[in-house]
Amino acid sequence: MSAATIPAYARPVWRRVLLSREAAVIALVAVVYLYGYSNIPYFGDTLTLTYILIDMTTILLIALPMTLVIVTGEIDLSIASVVGLSSAVLGLLVRDGVAMPLAVLIALVVGVVCGLFNGFLVAYVGLPSLAVTIGTLALFRGVAVGLLGTEAVTDFPTSWTEQTSRIIGSTGIPTFMLVFAALAAVFIALLHFSPFGRGIYDIGLSTEAAEFSGVNVQRTKLILFVLTGTVAALAGIFYTLRFGSARGDNATGLELQVIAAVLLGGVSIFGGKGKLPGVIAGVLLIGVISSALRLEGVTVNVINIIIGLLLVLSVLSTSFLTWISDSVSRTKRSTSSH
Amino acid sequence: MVSPAQAALRLSDVSKSFGPVVALRSGSLEVAAGSIHALVGENGAGKSTLVKIVAGVHRRDGGVFELDGQAADFGSTAESKAAGVAVIYQEPTLFPDLSVTENIFMGRQILGRMRRIDKAAMYAEAERLFAGLGVHIDPRRPALGLSIADQQIIEIAKAISLDAKVLIMDEPTAALSGVEVERLFTVARQLRDEGRALVFISHRFDEVFELCDTVTVMRDGSYIATRPIAGTSVAEMVALMVGREVAELFPKQEAELGEVVLEVTGLESTGVFHDISFSVRRGEIVGLAGLVGAGRSEIARAVFGVDPYEAGRVTMKGVAVPAKNPRAAIRAGMAFIPEDRRKQGLVTEASVAQNVAGVIRRGLARTGLLTRGAENRAVGPWAARLEVKTSALDAPARTMSGGNQQKVVIAKWLATEPDLLIIDEPTRGIDVGTKAEVHRLLSELAGQGLAVLMISSELPEVLGMADRVLVISEGRLTADLSRAEATPERVMHAATHGSQEVA
Repeated sequence: MSAATIPAYARPVWRRVLLSREAAVIALVAVVYLYGYSNIPYFGDTLTLTYILIDMTTILLIALPMTLVIVTGEIDLSIASVVGLSSAVLGLLVRDGVAMPLAVLIALVVGVVCGLFNGFLVAYVGLPSLAVTIGTLALFRGVAVGLLGTEAVTDFPTSWTEQTSRIIGSTGIPTFMLVFAALAAVFIALLHFSPFGRGIYDIGLSTEAAEFSGVNVQRTKLILFVLTGTVAALAGIFYTLRFGSARGDNATGLELQVIAAVLLGGVSIFGGKGKLPGVIAGVLLIGVISSALRLEGVTVNVINIIIGLLLVLSVLSTSFLTWISDSVSRTKRSTSSH
Repeated sequence: MVSPAQAALRLSDVSKSFGPVVALRSGSLEVAAGSIHALVGENGAGKSTLVKIVAGVHRRDGGVFELDGQAADFGSTAESKAAGVAVIYQEPTLFPDLSVTENIFMGRQILGRMRRIDKAAMYAEAERLFAGLGVHIDPRRPALGLSIADQQIIEIAKAISLDAKVLIMDEPTAALSGVEVERLFTVARQLRDEGRALVFISHRFDEVFELCDTVTVMRDGSYIATRPIAGTSVAEMVALMVGREVAELFPKQEAELGEVVLEVTGLESTGVFHDISFSVRRGEIVGLAGLVGAGRSEIARAVFGVDPYEAGRVTMKGVAVPAKNPRAAIRAGMAFIPEDRRKQGLVTEASVAQNVAGVIRRGLARTGLLTRGAENRAVGPWAARLEVKTSALDAPARTMSGGNQQKVVIAKWLATEPDLLIIDEPTRGIDVGTKAEVHRLLSELAGQGLAVLMISSELPEVLGMADRVLVISEGRLTADLSRAEATPERVMHAATHGSQEVA
């Protein structure tokens, strides 16, 4: 009945963990942080940490569901416009005297609806997500700007706006990070510790094979687009409260920053590969490097050039690392068989 | 035997390694002009590497390679083509949006005045080529939508227009129907009579015996033997290939038939299949025979719910199974091993463990969380039971041979403990040794009470394995034959004539 048992893993645990892409990104964050801590004035201050985290919060939030979408091989370019739209809706409702909790809830629902719209067109009509979300990028932004025009709503209750800059004790970590941590835990469980998450990878690697194994491809994709829409709306609410200003053109161009961070974190744009811890480290890496360079007096344009180069290098290094690990295992296989 | 002087193609003691991996130890092949030479061997025997050396894809490390007595050494496929070598692959790669003619003359278009492409001359030449081959293909139509058989004919036409002296056909019949195979054979014999040398690679022995005059057997990267077809037998060839006698290729044991598991009534899909009714019992293997394109796979896909159907019903153990819902079919106890292993059966980039856990993982998530450890524990016994040959469970499926990949797919579905196993072309592209293993396994499973619906284009497989043979012709069920009634003649008659033998 049963023959020799097959080992579960080809490589020992330390090699699997330490030589992973995720470990490299996390190590890089630590290296840059420690370098800055001891060499750059003010970088070690808790205030700097607070600013890095507050600045990166919107990207951190949206990168979570975006990772899942990209792992299926799809993409959502409309998220920055959803941020703008939820911001505009929130502003409009508050200006008209709607109570804050209800206004926030409605702004979230707007995100759900945006996600349903994208998801329906991609999953059930079968249109390519790149085309659909380029369309809705313009559509949602157009509606957002149409709702508020060029005005900005700024009369948000301070009891709400303060929340965005509150920090936990003397750690320098913003309290809102707890919301992110909770969401991150949920998304990590969803992607890495659930049958649903395994299905996400299968879809990204081979949609047809996933379908033949009973993965509900359409429903999975719909759910993921609804998740990006909803989390983008949440990020929009945070963004609005943090700046105390609701504008239709809030967060323009954010989608490319999110996607850049996701790719930097080791997710393949072709789908099927990548892990959330790597993505979170990828976002933090961008935050830490930008902050360090800014404190060193480097201008924004130069920072952008450096981040761009880093992204290109990271994509290159992935191919390079794959090549190395392939040739190492090939050599090992042949020497052990001889 | 052929003397070296008159051999159109001669390889002797050719070797090739990729880094430290030896793909070809000592390959030898000698093909005379005006001959069809079969090259057989299990997967991994080195046939493909040998062919790729002749085609100029790889450069050999050592040994002799001669064309028409002249030493040859190709650094690119262009060089081999120029020297008169053409390779026709199992699935040709044509440009789908270009016309048939443009495909034939790709890269060497006939030019008219002012170096303008002379389409009229190209069409005329294409028509002449097709007429010479005795086939009817419109040279002006786009390649898109052509059957694989027609695409191969276009590759052959291209080879002839290049005046290829040596034609190598790598498993050309794997995806062809009976009629198409016949047409290909007619063309091949004609090319032979024109004095060209043909090499025919196939896993189907009946075809080798029908078409070829000489056979060379390879095993483990080495030349084993060359025999005239007239003086050899299937048993001898198999023994040479596997290095041992395979007693029984299709060992179906008698099994006690139990209650009806799958019942299909009046299944209908416009233009695909019509009024299909049949049932499969516990312990029974039902073979679904017919020509490629007759609608067999489509019926199986509809039953499993991957494809929709318009009318009719499917029940499992008396309970209706909803249409177009693979998950419901799986819950009802169905398992489906599709025809295209690499695209549909497996996620080739995923690991063995991920593939085997592919369906059962929904049940493994205790407390809602699923861990690698739980998957590995669940998967290990199945991989071991099927003797999947892999270094570790986290090795990607793409690194494995076709036979091992098929074992992974089978393990994935057996892990669901199904009542019905639908298996489409169980042994396509699998070497002889693994083939026998798969057959033994199916028989064993049926013996344990599994109902099996098996689709196969290999008649010996159907006749050897099935308790009952259903024949599909042009989307209709044209025969329902018991094991005793099912002779090759009756099955082929029902498959090609479409007459209603048994309703």
